[in-house]
Amino acid sequence: MSEPLLELSQVSFTYPGAAGAVLEALDLRFEATQRIGLFGPNGSGKTTLLHVIMGLLRPQSGMVRHKGREVATERDFREVRRSIGMLLQNADDQIIYPTVLDDVAFGPLNRGLPGEAARELAEQTLAMLGLEGFGDRLAHRLSGGEKKLVSLAGVLAMEPDALLLDEPTGGLDPATRERLVEILERLGKPMIIISHDWDFLAHVTDTYYSIGNGRLIRNPDLILHRHVHGHPMGDHEHHHH
Amino acid sequence: MIDDQLATGTSPIHGLDARCRLAACLLLSVVAALAQNQQTALVILAAGLLLTALSGASFGAVLRRAAAINVFILFLWLFVPLSTPGVPLWQGFGLTISRQGVSLAWLVTLKANAVFFCVLSLLATIPAPALGRAMTALGVPAKFSFLFVFTYRYLHVIAEEYDRLVTAARLRGFVPATDGRTYRTYAALVAMVLVRSYDRSQRVYQAMLLRGFTGLFPCLNRFRAGRRDMLFLLAAGAVAGLAAFLEVRARSGNV
Repeated sequence: MSEPLLELSQVSFTYPGAAGAVLEALDLRFEATQRIGLFGPNGSGKTTLLHVIMGLLRPQSGMVRHKGREVATERDFREVRRSIGMLLQNADDQIIYPTVLDDVAFGPLNRGLPGEAARELAEQTLAMLGLEGFGDRLAHRLSGGEKKLVSLAGVLAMEPDALLLDEPTGGLDPATRERLVEILERLGKPMIIISHDWDFLAHVTDTYYSIGNGRLIRNPDLILHRHVHGHPMGDHEHHHH
Repeated sequence: MIDDQLATGTSPIHGLDARCRLAACLLLSVVAALAQNQQTALVILAAGLLLTALSGASFGAVLRRAAAINVFILFLWLFVPLSTPGVPLWQGFGLTISRQGVSLAWLVTLKANAVFFCVLSLLATIPAPALGRAMTALGVPAKFSFLFVFTYRYLHVIAEEYDRLVTAARLRGFVPATDGRTYRTYAALVAMVLVRSYDRSQRVYQAMLLRGFTGLFPCLNRFRAGRRDMLFLLAAGAVAGLAAFLEVRARSGNV
């Protein structure tokens, strides 16, 4: 049997000063073929789980394994961050440079790519997301949807093997959301997506988990196929795929 | 929000390499700042005025900014002529205006405006991100130039946050007045902005770690300096040299 991309065993995490544990003896097996949808109420620990995976938070107990190797120190997690890209909830937190091209090139430069190569990779990544010519745009003049796509470009320019996305569709208009679905389907990378957007999850993920009492709950029986919606011309016959 | 209208344009100045503009501005303003002689300051002022005219800045914008600087200079004119000892030009009400005082105030006016017009035409025409890169390229420590670039990036975000808070307060019926409650409300809003900015700085740092930040600030070199840029830098150097020559000649003549 092949090694999973990521494995968490008996991971517990409590925020300092908090009454109870957010994650309690949590187990997770993330295969390189999976696209996991993670849902659940606010405060149930979904974001905390992703932060533990990326080493932004260190669990009080339990073990994180990346490609079969235990990761525990900051140095170990640098390797994890090179292999797994994470998109934060708020794009403004993620875009640190005033100009788009500099921001997208940040990750590649950190990886040690020389300037010209980093610049080329940044431009290619922008083009792949349909953001040609955005290089010199100013971050604070971008729309919410454009910011989201630019921050995704910053993550994808790291050329990650897998993606963790924290509520990627929050605040997006339907057109941008569609674009995101199309991009994620095209990437075909293993991913874990936190979302409350069922329709979105149904499109891009195939395995569903929620978190309850600090543990993962698998929902094998959950079939995402129903939706109620309204839009202009909704009374005309139409199809969904 | 942040006013950088001068930074966008298509003038010959805007077309110059940002590093050359920054270096030229440094050369000219250092000479102007050290000048003790009116001729020196006048040469730099003339260069600054010429560059400002070339930069295509709107007359209104230039006038507004020049007025802001010269308000400070006005205060100097109130005190310097009276407080500098020397040959009296005018006496009355127990006060004396000295010739030396007037010429000192005049020199300061020339110097300040000389530097002002150089900065306006050469630095204000560079967008902040490019200015940050130009500083790095000219050897300013990366920490300093990145502090500048991050400030520019997040100033907008923080200003938006403040605007949102003020809007939220107004939506719930807050009307600013001159009373304790208003001051307390504003204090709370500012405190909120500080707390949120601190939180944000933590998240930004996490985002940087996620993208492989190791403590170094690598930077794309996006500059292309051509013959035109070199010629401009040479010309600026020549003007600064001429001004410095006048300065040295005047000083040695005085000895």
